[in-house]
Amino acid sequence: MSVIKTENLTYIYGAGTPFEKTAVDNISLEIEPGQMIGVIGHTGSGKSTLIQHFNGLLKPTSGNVYIDGERLWDDKAKLRDIRFKVGLVFQYPEYQLFEETCYKDIAFGPKNMGLSDSETDIRIHEAAQMVGISEEILQKSPFELSGGQKRRVAIAGVMAMKPKVLILDEPASGLDPKGREQILTLLKDYHTNTGSTVMIVSHSMEDVARYADRIIVMNKAKLFCYEETEKVFSKVDELMSMGLSVPQITKVFTALKEKGIDIQKDVYTTPFAVKYFLSLLEGKR
Amino acid sequence: MISDITIGQYFPGRSVVHKLDPRVKIILTAVFIVMLFTAGTFYGLGVGLLFTFVTFLLSRIPLKLMGKCLKPILPIIIFTAIINVVFITSGDKVYFEWKFLKITDEGVHTAIFMAVRIICLIAGSSLLTYTTSPIALTDAIERLLSPLKKIKVPVHELAMMMTIALRFIPTLIEETDKIISAQKARGADMETGSLIKRAKALVPILVPLFVSSFRRAEDLALAMECRCYHGGDGRTRLKQLHMSIRDLFAAVYVCVFFAGVIALNIIF
Repeated sequence: MSVIKTENLTYIYGAGTPFEKTAVDNISLEIEPGQMIGVIGHTGSGKSTLIQHFNGLLKPTSGNVYIDGERLWDDKAKLRDIRFKVGLVFQYPEYQLFEETCYKDIAFGPKNMGLSDSETDIRIHEAAQMVGISEEILQKSPFELSGGQKRRVAIAGVMAMKPKVLILDEPASGLDPKGREQILTLLKDYHTNTGSTVMIVSHSMEDVARYADRIIVMNKAKLFCYEETEKVFSKVDELMSMGLSVPQITKVFTALKEKGIDIQKDVYTTPFAVKYFLSLLEGKR
Repeated sequence: MISDITIGQYFPGRSVVHKLDPRVKIILTAVFIVMLFTAGTFYGLGVGLLFTFVTFLLSRIPLKLMGKCLKPILPIIIFTAIINVVFITSGDKVYFEWKFLKITDEGVHTAIFMAVRIICLIAGSSLLTYTTSPIALTDAIERLLSPLKKIKVPVHELAMMMTIALRFIPTLIEETDKIISAQKARGADMETGSLIKRAKALVPILVPLFVSSFRRAEDLALAMECRCYHGGDGRTRLKQLHMSIRDLFAAVYVCVFFAGVIALNIIF
């Protein structure tokens, strides 16, 4: 059964005012559990609005959202439980930290779930370990940490709720290359270790290409496609016309192909490209 | 909820009223207020009411908004009216008498008079903020208060503080929205529970909001310093305020009404 399902989901900002704007237009999606999913799209294409429907923060103007087969907004009291099931990490989550220590801040989610102190303690340590936050840092104030550390604490705060689906809006934005790498790797590890569904909204095609199994492409409030990574990046021309990019290596291969060199077109990560060339060389010998 | 408040809100437009020099508008608004309080009779007040209406029409601000700005002060209007009706017991005709309650014609007249005066006052002065952008307004205030610099009042700094405060209201509202969503996503519950519980639920919102305000303030201060901002001395403006013939007309227009009010006061 799909873990997230939307039916003709539409969301309009400021309905009935002169500033009316359709942010999400008639989207029907079914997301199978246990996958790593990338969400890409131009700024203002409705990515962030879409994901805020998945945990009931926004109420659809029309259409339905189902989580684990359960329709949202039927019973408002159940929305909180949905938010524990679908963990959402906003962009720049480090700005939501508020407690005296990182430990207490990570505890905020599990405490809201009504878990016992001992269970909370276990979860905090698990989450801290997953994001690579040491015991020593846990006892520090979040405001003493570096940007990358703060962000990892904030992500741990959501992971500690052990959501079935973890959604992150631009988790790596504003970090240096090393920080980006760390965050994305830890998310990949989290995905492999827990087997939960992870959804990452990103601007970086390289990142999405490397980590995602499937990709949701949004364009002007509409769903352009939801397909396997390789299929998505084979649509180079369409992506480019949407103002999106493809990984640089894909551009290289497309250009080579245009020059009349007979090679595979759908290459989207550098390691794969290396392997591919090596195998070509092997074949020549 | 927050967006319902219209007092102090600016509605961009290109009407004659919008185009007036903000300094002139502030002074004329002051004159208008004096005019309302000079009016001693219903006739005089009628002129004030007429002035409010005509100016509203000239500004092409929908009349609906006039109603909207009056809504929050409705309780005050009703309260003053009741006080006037009940406590003014002198007068020739008595409409109603029961124990200590005595309603007379004078009481009723005063009540209506005061209510109309307050309505004109609020509607007329709201027009100032409706038709003038906050930036233009603070600019004008700075210029009008500049004589106070002679007695060492930091006029420019005060105006700059006001401008910055106004500039950051929408930013902070947006920020608050974001933080609320983020904490809700972690299961924060702000809608149910006792008063104390709800007050406590505000902590996860207020702390990040304060922190980010300080961060923004620091960033802004740094950015201003980088551009060599050093206070008001020797500072020139991008947009110079200029009086035009239009402003003269506006002054004449207000004066005519004011003269009307005074004349009616003398006649009746």
